[in-house]
Amino acid sequence: MRKLLLSAAVIATAGPALAEISDGKVKIGILNDQSGVYADFGGKYSFEAAQMAVEDFGGTVMDMPIEVVTADHQNKADIASNIARQWYDTEQVDAIMELTTSSVALAVQALSKEANKITITTGAATTELTGAQCSPIGFHWAYDTHALAVGTGGALVEQGGDSWFFLTADYAFGYSLEEQTSAYATEKGGTVLGAVRHPLSTTDFSSFLLQAQASGAKVIGLANAGMDTQNAIKQASEFGIVQSGQRLAALLFTLAEVHGLGLEAAQGLTLTESFYWNRTPETAEFGNRFMEKTGVMPNMVHTGTYSAVMSYLKAIEAAGGDETEAVAAKLHELPVEDIFAGNGKVAANGRMISDVYLLEVKKPGESETPWDYFNVKATIPGDQAYLDPAQSGCPLVTN
Amino acid sequence: MTMIFGIPVQALMGQLLVGLINGSFYALLSLGLAVIFGLLRVINFAHGAQYMLGAFVALLLATHGGIGYWPALILAPLIVGLFGAVIERTMLSRLYSLDPLYGLLFTFGLALTIEGTFRYFFGASGSPYAAPPSLGGGVNLGFMFLPVYRGWVVVASLVVCLGIWLLIEKTKLGAYLRAATENPTLVQSFGVNVPLLLTLTYGLGAGLAGFAGVLAAPVYQVSPLMGSNLIIIVFAVVVIGGMGSILGAIVTGYLLGIAEGLTKVFYPEASNIVVFVIMAIVLILRPAGLFGKDV
Repeated sequence: MRKLLLSAAVIATAGPALAEISDGKVKIGILNDQSGVYADFGGKYSFEAAQMAVEDFGGTVMDMPIEVVTADHQNKADIASNIARQWYDTEQVDAIMELTTSSVALAVQALSKEANKITITTGAATTELTGAQCSPIGFHWAYDTHALAVGTGGALVEQGGDSWFFLTADYAFGYSLEEQTSAYATEKGGTVLGAVRHPLSTTDFSSFLLQAQASGAKVIGLANAGMDTQNAIKQASEFGIVQSGQRLAALLFTLAEVHGLGLEAAQGLTLTESFYWNRTPETAEFGNRFMEKTGVMPNMVHTGTYSAVMSYLKAIEAAGGDETEAVAAKLHELPVEDIFAGNGKVAANGRMISDVYLLEVKKPGESETPWDYFNVKATIPGDQAYLDPAQSGCPLVTN
Repeated sequence: MTMIFGIPVQALMGQLLVGLINGSFYALLSLGLAVIFGLLRVINFAHGAQYMLGAFVALLLATHGGIGYWPALILAPLIVGLFGAVIERTMLSRLYSLDPLYGLLFTFGLALTIEGTFRYFFGASGSPYAAPPSLGGGVNLGFMFLPVYRGWVVVASLVVCLGIWLLIEKTKLGAYLRAATENPTLVQSFGVNVPLLLTLTYGLGAGLAGFAGVLAAPVYQVSPLMGSNLIIIVFAVVVIGGMGSILGAIVTGYLLGIAEGLTKVFYPEASNIVVFVIMAIVLILRPAGLFGKDV
């Protein structure tokens, strides 16, 4: 009798649950830059990370197939919005993730809020996503400008870098990064001597570097990303900036860019990432698996995307269906414990809070294996790295 | 300290020099474009890709053949030029009888294909290429620290630009080339192999782009996208100088480099559009360009 009741209960719960996966499949869209300056930062590797998460999850959720689709938004908010609309309206995409480039992420998160679809941003940096423009169904994984400011900015101020000059990419992300690093450096007793705004995808930084050099600042903060940062670092060494005693702070720089730049030019740089493959045996195992599949080691954006997909699928399973509000509630509720975040939690503003790492690029002689690029200098607990949700300016947070 | 518009003179001098260095790249690239357009009437959209190829050939020669910078400076342009010649002979030459738009579309497609292929194999963030040790270090000029390599770029670019200008304007071969543009049938009837001349010209233009690519390799990250970032500006340079005007392309290249450098001091946000603003003004006042002949 008990057995019968149990099976009845199983049928009763399984029956409606099966029907609650809309369109008979879960479809995740990875939308990012695949041909521009951020193509290695996230790019097709984020798509592969998402596929790897689906495989590791078992390929199905509640016996329904999972599909991952991808598209190139070319770093343009209008193109991204068009793709997102098309995905939601005609292609039954349930959630969009990755969203490299802050301007794009803000646009797609707002659009998805209207469309009642979940977004999990892993590739963009601005804290606006979980600040004034936060969404109850928009999430931010992996990192943000605040964590970068606290990590790299904090470390350099502590080491005596108390006067700053910024080279800032002329768009939402750059401003956000400059503003927060400035605020953090000033709070710690530092001063900001000036800043210069350069257009995205600038090839020649010498003019800007000369201005930074003339400022006499101890630290030149590079509030840009991808190839812009690479070119700036390369040309800074050419102009003798580092040799003459000024320090460079690459505020957003990951394994992918260090690999592109080479240890010779990148050595000694301080940077902040929320994942480094060679940190523990487990992360190394994951890194090697990723390497086998893609030919590169993952950075925090790739692994963050893996974690985002994994968490989304776990939330669907826990919610018993892919209905947006229920899944969002589970995403808020469940802890994030995977290869990316050992003890992650999602705050009311949608910010996933987990540890970040202060890293230093090794000298060419110190690197033992391919892609062995960083020394881990410090672990910054998530609560210190990320903005207190109550102070984020997000109207969803109630005290 | 003496100031001009609130900027110290020293800083201004530094920026002028930096502008001149960037102008060297613009001049070399726009020269190649102008040669190809002037003699073939082809708007070579693959020029940026050929510049990128030059840098990659140098990089691959170094990583796979252990061949250093100096031999690469000769070899890479030759390889890119040969590649250009093959493209011209096998594909581009079939389009001469059609509207120039077809040549533009073909070279645009070619550029996308080449860049896409390189992005597939090498990724978007590219690879570093070291400057030769003999050109390392820098000189303190008093108003700025000039990396020796950048100084070399200006010298190399000036010499090559002048050489090409002399070749086309002052030699017999140049005279043939110019005559072949004016009236190919007549020149051919004198026993001159016009198709060969055109192939050589395209090869020369592509080779120049390759040369600029090798020069640029130690300065910028060698990446599949390095050409597409530059090509639009270079087109604007050619338009401002006057389509097909060789001297115009060279002079305008240097001038715009300087104009851009100054914008980076006074209003950095506009530094990537100043060239296009100048282009619009020039087109309104002198539609044929600064050095172009009025049609």
